[in-house]
Amino acid sequence: MIIETKGISKTFGVGPSAVHANVDITLSIPAGMIYGILGENGAGKSTLMKILSGYIQADSGQIVLDGQTATIHSPIDAIHYGIGMLHQDPLDFPPMLVIDNFMLGHHGSLIPDQVKAKTELLNLEERFGFSIAPESYVDSLTVGERQQLEIMRLLWMGVQVLILDEPTTGISAPQKEVLFSTLRRLAQDGKTIIFVSHKLEDVEILCNKIAVLRQGFLVGGMQPPYDINKLVEMMFNKAISLGNRQPCTPGKVTFVIQALELEDYRLHINLENLELRAGEVIGLAGMEGSGQGLFLRTCAGLVRPVGGKLIVGNNDLTGKPYQKFLENNVAYLPSSRLEEGLVSGMTLAEHFLLAEEQKGYFLDIEYGRSLAMERISDFNIRGTPSTPVESLSGGNQQRALLALLKTPLTLLLLEHPTRGLDIESSIYIWRKLKERCSQGTAIIFISSDLEEILQYSDRILVFFSGRVSSSLEASQTTVDQLGQLIGGKGWEAIMDEVKFNA
Amino acid sequence: MRKLSSTWWNIGFQLLGILLAILFTTLILIFVGAPPLQTYWLIIKGAFSSLNSISNDFVVWVPLILATSGVLITFSAGLWNIGIEGQITLGAIFTTGVLRLLQSTSLPPMLIIFISILAGMLGGAIWAALAGALKTFGGVNEIFGGLGLNFVATALTLWLIFGPWQRPGVGSMSGTEPFRESLWLPQIPELRISLWSVFLGILAVVVVYLLLRSTYFGLKLKAVGKNIRAAFFLGIPTWQYLMISFIACGLLAGLAGAVQVVAVYHRLIPSISSGYGFLGLMVAMLVNYQAIWAAFIAFFYASLNIGAIQLPIVLKLDSSISGILQGMLVLFVLIVDGIRQRLLKQ
Repeated sequence: MIIETKGISKTFGVGPSAVHANVDITLSIPAGMIYGILGENGAGKSTLMKILSGYIQADSGQIVLDGQTATIHSPIDAIHYGIGMLHQDPLDFPPMLVIDNFMLGHHGSLIPDQVKAKTELLNLEERFGFSIAPESYVDSLTVGERQQLEIMRLLWMGVQVLILDEPTTGISAPQKEVLFSTLRRLAQDGKTIIFVSHKLEDVEILCNKIAVLRQGFLVGGMQPPYDINKLVEMMFNKAISLGNRQPCTPGKVTFVIQALELEDYRLHINLENLELRAGEVIGLAGMEGSGQGLFLRTCAGLVRPVGGKLIVGNNDLTGKPYQKFLENNVAYLPSSRLEEGLVSGMTLAEHFLLAEEQKGYFLDIEYGRSLAMERISDFNIRGTPSTPVESLSGGNQQRALLALLKTPLTLLLLEHPTRGLDIESSIYIWRKLKERCSQGTAIIFISSDLEEILQYSDRILVFFSGRVSSSLEASQTTVDQLGQLIGGKGWEAIMDEVKFNA
Repeated sequence: MRKLSSTWWNIGFQLLGILLAILFTTLILIFVGAPPLQTYWLIIKGAFSSLNSISNDFVVWVPLILATSGVLITFSAGLWNIGIEGQITLGAIFTTGVLRLLQSTSLPPMLIIFISILAGMLGGAIWAALAGALKTFGGVNEIFGGLGLNFVATALTLWLIFGPWQRPGVGSMSGTEPFRESLWLPQIPELRISLWSVFLGILAVVVVYLLLRSTYFGLKLKAVGKNIRAAFFLGIPTWQYLMISFIACGLLAGLAGAVQVVAVYHRLIPSISSGYGFLGLMVAMLVNYQAIWAAFIAFFYASLNIGAIQLPIVLKLDSSISGILQGMLVLFVLIVDGIRQRLLKQ
């Protein structure tokens, strides 16, 4: 199906604070190819895709499908026209069985034909080389598998156009390979694939054509071979590089892990002894759910280890509650900012009052205001003391979370510190984190972005289904090597090397 | 559209909600064949025409504002304390129990009253703590726990009235044997109202207002109510705060029950809570959980209750018509506000 957008515009809000998410966007996307939509966060990619898939309506402009003007008022309409969208966070039903989830939305008689659905599901799986058990629960799947399920569900419903919004966020390298080969096959079969991303390397290897959005405008397009520098310039209106690695100058040992043994309902992990020095950064790499999250939450005192010791400063905190870890200047920043980090409905000033040491029983509103003003300018947050946190953008929320951290900190634990942020915001966040390091804070962070791990860590721990590598020197590790380790390859080599070194 | 967020629009929308509520109540009145204007006039007259009726408004206002103040605390923690009815009832039971125990001793009556009120607060707090423990340790939603405990409280009252605390002779729905007048909270001569209880009501709403607005406790409670996980990560002891908010609400509910015994009925009667707990939940919703308005709206609701007492006698209309207006007000003000929010988003 050929999709054309003609002069699509969409504005959120009114007056000076209005955001022009899409401005007069005219695109033509031919069938049988993978079409990339590239842009940094807030460029208007998701808005455009949500308009195409019926989640929101454009203020003006038309959607033309195979030469016919289409009226799409809801996702149901979009599905009728054959347009299906895969959202960044899979919109599936974790408590359901895979097969039940698969059948959802499919037209059928009152009593669904489970046998037929199961055959269809298995056929599709065979075709694309997926392996998901129909009788397992959706919440037992990895993010990558949930994407696969959603793709198969949409295909079974007969979609001709598949929109994918940042599909490579949070999935492992091998899963990404599977996803890409699936998309290539679908394009060969004549389906239209729209691939939305801010990751240059993904778009570069996958897409047959690219359109770039910036601040709501369509600023250009490109066909292979791609000129990456030019794309970056289009995205940001200037060239950006991450800058050089800044290795730390480690101080004294501040965090010690001894013979740590962790367990959850499916993993059992034994860690080697590890000493972390003040100012050092350790990156945790691995497929989602390989145990790095468990490790991080253990370091924060949220999960109790089944064996071993955790020593912060001079205090053995093994088995102590989270509050004790806080008192010992350990801080933990979860990845879901609005679910676990910030309190929706409360203002920035209220957050800063809560995060500071309590002074007396009564609130000093004026103190809260001035504190907020100070941090807002320190951390370049776009907001005022009375701004409710949920109205901040993702990057501003993450900056607010950093601004909430107390000083000094011995150990800072971060889950996906720059997930969903554009390059500029990420660089800013890391500049602030490195400032912490120079003040003597040790950092452990999780990221699914290998470049980020290599760029900012001093040492790296790789997690693979319950196995943990020894700490690798980041300066002597490559993206390829790391990618292989995450996928479970090349472990013998590094283990030998470590033994050899020892 | 930007204007929609201004204060005047806000007030305009609320007035619209009130108008719609009155309109619908009027329709219902016409439907049941009652003259609407006369009905409203009778309610106003019944509520405000004499010193006696105004003092009666306050008799209802005191337990209502105590209950409202209580649920403002639990609402702040994100809890639906439906169990407040039972907490009021337990307050009344504990107060009655202590009064019965001490009435024949030689202690000064004011001391007995004082101890019995404290006991009532304790009773309410215990009942609330039960709902809280069910929630925090048992994973039972406070709505179900509270509902169950309400039934238990009612059953307990009936058992006491017809069992151990039976009147001499035969137990009846009119309650236990009334206490002697020296054990009543002192009332204004010729009127049913006690200035002491009015003072308690005012004190409660002021304290709760300050607590929620100006203290770290209030701010932390709000954080727990709005996002318990984030609050935990920020270092707030979350389950302790949930329990404290239950207990604080229980203390106020128990106080309401105690007032019902020492200042209004002077005995334990079957439905001693008189629905003030549920009414308090409605008032809290109507004032959008802002304590500052609670006192006035609670007084308005109380006067509706009192004003409607006339209706059965004069118009052969059930006095529950005031309940219809009270419910309609909450519904329409909330609906209209919901519509406003939707318009704002667009």
